[in-house]
Amino acid sequence: MCTTCGCTQPSEAVTITKIGEESHAHRHYRDQPEHHHHHSNGHHHDAVTIELEKDILSKNNLLAQRNRGYFEAKGILALNLVSSPGSGKTSLLERTIEDLKSEFPISVIEGDQQTTNDADRIAQTGAPVIQINTGKGCHLDSEMIHQAVKKLKPAEESVLMIENVGNLVCPAMFDLGEAGRVVIISVTEGEDKPIKYPDIFFGSKVCIFNKIDLLPYVNFDIEKAKNYAQQVNPHLKFIELSATTGEGLDQWYDWIRKSLKHFIKYQHIH
Amino acid sequence: MHELSIVMGIVEIAESETRKAGAVAVESIELEIGKLAGIQIDSLEFAWDVAVKNTVLQKAHRQIHHIPGKARCSECETEFEMIELYDACPNCGQYFSEILQGQELRVKSLVVS
Repeated sequence: MCTTCGCTQPSEAVTITKIGEESHAHRHYRDQPEHHHHHSNGHHHDAVTIELEKDILSKNNLLAQRNRGYFEAKGILALNLVSSPGSGKTSLLERTIEDLKSEFPISVIEGDQQTTNDADRIAQTGAPVIQINTGKGCHLDSEMIHQAVKKLKPAEESVLMIENVGNLVCPAMFDLGEAGRVVIISVTEGEDKPIKYPDIFFGSKVCIFNKIDLLPYVNFDIEKAKNYAQQVNPHLKFIELSATTGEGLDQWYDWIRKSLKHFIKYQHIH
Repeated sequence: MHELSIVMGIVEIAESETRKAGAVAVESIELEIGKLAGIQIDSLEFAWDVAVKNTVLQKAHRQIHHIPGKARCSECETEFEMIELYDACPNCGQYFSEILQGQELRVKSLVVS
């Protein structure tokens, strides 16, 4: 049972845990609707038409813009990392933090349905990290990021890595306020991922091909994958690397360095 | 199943608008969903039944307007119907195009009482 409010914290509750801290915050994935008690009072309710034209994602988008404003003001380069489960996001992050932490501060928000395993791995690198458990949720949203950032308090002029829930579908629709989205696919997956899941590639800035050390052992045609991805998003940048052997990491690090510098100066990235 | 989040967003909008209008229930709701909005209609319908329980939308009649995808080629300016995000321009075969419509995800109107 949750010690803060006494609720039984069902599996669909969202929990936000700062690694190294005992307390936790959570919100419920599905707020109970307000109960309207309407008593018969003799009034007759006439039907009224309301023309709305309201964007269903407007609440998420509004809060994402608030997050974005905060990141811009503080010079925090927020990157939203998306991929299928098992593409090596966490390994890439561990390695990236180890190699770059002497250059600028890096903090991390980890999104998973359950467990703090990924955040525990990141905590080993010494980087400040928050785990968001989405329960049954299949993606992070801007409200979760808002809450996590309040606890995490990333340093000014730093990099914030947001590791989204492993899923190539749902995170595509939810702006978190990031400066850019980075989609990661590994060469052990199908090269047609970009046209199977076009939405996620559509809005991304960078596409990383991970695990290229395994290329000799798998039937993955990297040029074909790039062609597919470029069909969906002609502006996409490609980086081929292996988080295990270190091959190609320089390109990734250069992109982060340049993006951070550019972001601090101009509040956006290419 | 991000469709569940989408339906919950609709419920929130409906609850708030109904309250503002001093009404108690939604009789009907009109949605506009673009073909390129990344929404699976059957998933949305599945999520709907669960998410609208005990809300103002519980008995609402739902009408969905599907908006076809339309794009303009950035190379030759041909306008064409875009079925998938990765469709090439039918005139010049290029992939650089600007989406004109089809990504809508809106509550168009509500009838409340």
